[in-house]
Amino acid sequence: MTPSAAHNAIDAVWRIESARLIAGLARMLRDVGLAEEFAQDALVAALEQWPQSGIPRNPGAWLMTIAKRRAIDSLRRTERLARKHEQLGRELETAIADSDLAALADGAIEDDLLRLIFVACHPLLSREARVALTLRLLGGLTTAEIARAFLVAEPNVAQRIVRAKRTLSEAHVPFEVPGGDELAARLSSVLEVIYLIFTEGYAATAGDDWMRPELCEDALRLGRILAELVPDEPEVHGLVALMEIQASRIRTRVDANGHPILLLDQHRARWDQLLIRRGLASLARAEELGTSLGPYGLQAAIAACHARARTPGETDWQRIAALYAALADRAPSPVVELNRAVAVAMAAGPAAGLAIADPLTRLPALANYHRLPSVRGDLLAKLQRFDEARAEFERAAALTRNAWERKLLLGRAAHCAAIEHPFEPEHLS
Amino acid sequence: MRFMLLVKATQKSEAGILPEPSAFEAMRTFNESMVKAGVMLDADGLASSSKGARVSFAGGKPTVTDGPFTETTELVAGYWIISVKSKEEAIEWASRAPFDDDAVVEVRKFFEADDFPADAFAPGVHEQLFGPEWEAREKAMHEESQRRA
Repeated sequence: MTPSAAHNAIDAVWRIESARLIAGLARMLRDVGLAEEFAQDALVAALEQWPQSGIPRNPGAWLMTIAKRRAIDSLRRTERLARKHEQLGRELETAIADSDLAALADGAIEDDLLRLIFVACHPLLSREARVALTLRLLGGLTTAEIARAFLVAEPNVAQRIVRAKRTLSEAHVPFEVPGGDELAARLSSVLEVIYLIFTEGYAATAGDDWMRPELCEDALRLGRILAELVPDEPEVHGLVALMEIQASRIRTRVDANGHPILLLDQHRARWDQLLIRRGLASLARAEELGTSLGPYGLQAAIAACHARARTPGETDWQRIAALYAALADRAPSPVVELNRAVAVAMAAGPAAGLAIADPLTRLPALANYHRLPSVRGDLLAKLQRFDEARAEFERAAALTRNAWERKLLLGRAAHCAAIEHPFEPEHLS
Repeated sequence: MRFMLLVKATQKSEAGILPEPSAFEAMRTFNESMVKAGVMLDADGLASSSKGARVSFAGGKPTVTDGPFTETTELVAGYWIISVKSKEEAIEWASRAPFDDDAVVEVRKFFEADDFPADAFAPGVHEQLFGPEWEAREKAMHEESQRRA
């Protein structure tokens, strides 16, 4: 094996084993930051030894043995050798003697993994820190990979992670799955982090790269892992369903020039049927588990309506409108209401949609949101109120930050003007 | 990126001999480990080639040969589809499959948008793949078969 081939192979093992390794160590050390450091030590040892010795038969157990040994050595050597540390060292030794390496294979490590997810997504941390820590500890991404994915400088990510680990350590955040009333809120933080990673990949918030599908794959992987760890939580399956179905359209969402292609204009034959099938299965799972769907489940159900329609004309807009109404009920937001307006317009005509969209113009939250005038412009144009439609498209064009979208909106404004005033000289050419 | 791990047939699988219960159990554990790791997208197994057939196109004309076929390592007995970060990760998963000594697993990558020239998915490509040209070829093939019948 060449050194670089060996390096790539070790990277692959790391991707598979690191989360379980860190989780197991964190249970013993009761500190996520320390756990990660010793896991890294074990990785360094693997990089030194495996290119010569080859990858061991059970690389996960090998890494765990090394990491534990390093942990004991280091804790013993530490100058601030408080009694507490000595005690910890002894405990660790017992742990090795008892050889809970076997635990790597059984359920115990799954519990540790779940604890690790909850700690990484702890509400003490900022959203950015939760995202970075989750990708690093659970996703097995390097700091450099995270920096590249989020278009930030590597030292910033490194600092963010160091600070997050310190915050957790200083606050003595217990390494546990929250219980009782706390569980629902904490789980929703976990789901939010995973979906943030997904949406960051799906519609990049900055830069030219409209989509970074690798982040979508990372988020999907995390979601699928979580669905196995807490199989009875309907919203987890709802989130996985939503991500699988949205990911099924990745190939068709941009044209060769990187310009977005809207859902109804996408080439449906190229939607990924494997992901759609998986998404529909997860949605069915969420529906079986809960009496009613939560916000992610409802969004997944909406996405499923599109996925099931072989042509845009077959879309069940009535059902989509009903699902948006349920979503507005569960998680009220002006953006959801605007989407409901679009669905109602498709189901019951532009006037019915406009009746829902119009009151939204009074909401300060949407004052600078380009999609509101864009939707209203579309509905007004369909009602042949071209003058008003043109004004709305122009407003939307002024608000959007996306140059391509602005061009499209101004095009529609010009089109409305041309219909309304067909004989003005500039349109004769 | 997405890989297919193709499990090649063995003399046993071709003879229709089912694995021992312990081997089944090991396979179940292995499958579960890939599901738990969030990488497994799909998997299935295929019956022996005696239940299938081969359609070859020597001279551009489909010729059917019924199974079974002899070259077992050229036959596929099952597959996994996994979503991983690298070829090495796909290989690492394949290496963990609980097989004995005559098994072969082929690791193959799916095409991705990046594997095509930049303009492959330009507007209009659908027409190239599924549009008039394709329809014309379909029509020609249809006419040809009518003429022969």
